[in-house]
Amino acid sequence: MRRAEIVAAILLAVLSIYLMWKSAELPIGWIADEGPGGGAFPFWLAAIMLVCCLWTMVNWYRHLTPPSNSQNSFMNAYALRMFILVGGALTVMIGLVHIIGMYGSIPLFLLFYLRFLGGHSWITTILVALLAPVIIFFFFDIAMRIVLPKGYLEPLFFPLYSFFL
Amino acid sequence: MDIIALLLDGFVIAFQPLNLIVIIVGVIVGLFIGAMPGLGSVNGVAILLPMTFLVPPASAIIFLAALYYGAMYGGAISSIMLGIPGASTAVATTFDGRPLALKGKADKALITAAMASFIGGTISILLFTGFAPMLANIALDFGDQEIFALMLLAFATFVGLSGDDIPKTIFSICIGLVFSSVGLDIMSGEPRLVFFDIIGFMHGINFLVLAIGIYGIGEMMWTIESNREDSAMSKAVISMSGIMDSIRDMGRTWFSWTIGSLLGFFVGILPAAGATPGSLMAYGVAKMTSKNPGNFGKGEVAGVVAPESANNAASTGSLLPMLTLGIPGSPTTAILLGGMVIWGLTPGPLLFVEHKEFVWGLIGSLYVANFFAVLINLAFIPVFLWVLKMPFTILAPTIFVLCLVGGYAPTQDMHDIWLMLIFGVGAYLLRKLDYPLAPAVLAIVLGPIAEPALRQSLLISDGDFSVFFTRPIAGPITIIAIILLILPAVKPLKRRFFPGTNSETS
Repeated sequence: MRRAEIVAAILLAVLSIYLMWKSAELPIGWIADEGPGGGAFPFWLAAIMLVCCLWTMVNWYRHLTPPSNSQNSFMNAYALRMFILVGGALTVMIGLVHIIGMYGSIPLFLLFYLRFLGGHSWITTILVALLAPVIIFFFFDIAMRIVLPKGYLEPLFFPLYSFFL
Repeated sequence: MDIIALLLDGFVIAFQPLNLIVIIVGVIVGLFIGAMPGLGSVNGVAILLPMTFLVPPASAIIFLAALYYGAMYGGAISSIMLGIPGASTAVATTFDGRPLALKGKADKALITAAMASFIGGTISILLFTGFAPMLANIALDFGDQEIFALMLLAFATFVGLSGDDIPKTIFSICIGLVFSSVGLDIMSGEPRLVFFDIIGFMHGINFLVLAIGIYGIGEMMWTIESNREDSAMSKAVISMSGIMDSIRDMGRTWFSWTIGSLLGFFVGILPAAGATPGSLMAYGVAKMTSKNPGNFGKGEVAGVVAPESANNAASTGSLLPMLTLGIPGSPTTAILLGGMVIWGLTPGPLLFVEHKEFVWGLIGSLYVANFFAVLINLAFIPVFLWVLKMPFTILAPTIFVLCLVGGYAPTQDMHDIWLMLIFGVGAYLLRKLDYPLAPAVLAIVLGPIAEPALRQSLLISDGDFSVFFTRPIAGPITIIAIILLILPAVKPLKRRFFPGTNSETS
């Protein structure tokens, strides 16, 4: 935990500096008759962020915050395993939306999660994995007219569109 | 009376068929969400807000407000039955609710919690009805300086009152504000903070992307890690005689629910405080003023009554500054506020003038929602208990899927979904290091209002910051904000120079 605290503080400090630099693309000073320039607001806020990161580093050095004293590991084996599996599954699901669309990737995600992470029976898994996209389709595509991305599966939906819309 | 006539109009709106359906559905969904360990009102409102595009804006807000209420009721269910708070707002309910359940009096605890919630809700709505028009009337005269001073105050409460690590709290506020400034600069029209020239940043960062990232994806990852083992569930059967019994208990514990409702309401108004500290304080005061404080923690009915009346009162209290001043009193109302902006209903005093029927319709709906919440809660307790048994490995992926489609709906841009994932993972990691995340959500909602207010004020005063101190209303607000900001800095100094004076706070 102690190492994670300082690593996070350093990374966030770098982020703050990047934000300051990026804000400075717009004028950050006073413009006559216009007030503060467009970059001033984010620039000074990012500057405060940087100060806060330095403050956290000082607290870390002086062992003042709970994480900077904690002997526990930032992620134990279970947490790391779940983080990688769940985070990975989410990333793959979102990535697949670009190729096979929401209605392709959502059932795959549910299948993976329920069957392999949750250890549920095939019946439960398939029931949830098939029911969820059907409900989502009727709610979003039909009722709200928000067309969710379909990727390369788009042609499969043409009959449904012509029937319901 | 003017207010009564307006309120009656409000009831007429609340009883329109669509609104009535929306209230009932909202309450039921809220009860489920509240009852689920790991999910609270804020998660429900964040994840389900995109789904409300189905109905007109006024009904959507009514739905979310009903959900907010339902979640406050529902939180008690898992606190009592599982000993795990259904939401952080129901933590104090476990102290005496769980012991009651272990003694075989789970039904008594559940009924009492529902009754206390109803009373807390009712008292706070009455207070709300009285205060809101008054406050809105005063706020009508507010200029940019006052608005910015109020924003400062809202953020200062997080620094001064929340008890989180100070630099991390300020960091969270600032990063939320910086994210809110991504996109086009409203004054010069120039693109600003378009990271790596990715075109998706041109339309700014939608607050829902951050809110769903934090309260959907981040929260779920957090819960997956922390709620591993299943705990034993108590048994409860609800009977009419049990309800009558509880009504008598209510008469006995009148002091607990009065203090709970009042504390909850006024603590709920403060942006950084809200339902969780409100209910903890109510529990503490009820214990302190009780004739036999030794019974608390062992299954004292008053120990359920006080926090449950307080957390419902706090949810109404947090709506007060949101509707009248445009400053949300809790993360949940911050998301509601963001939603209202999307729907073109800018919260603030003008709402009471320009959208009278909306405001009073909402207030009327609060009364109706509170009534239905207690009814549905008592009638369907067995169903909620059945749902509590639902394995988390079904609930979690379902929520992730809802986050995905819900995050896509508002802007219909896959860029936002990727951003949501990054925010969710970042929020999960930062939360492990005690970074508070609610201030960032509040900040991204308030940023687009705070920045122009600040720039206009400075433009008018020609860059002189003293305008925030010299105006009659802005002045005191700014000074209170600054006191709150330096409050935490004073505490350690005091400890250093006067050792022993406040040792209990260390």
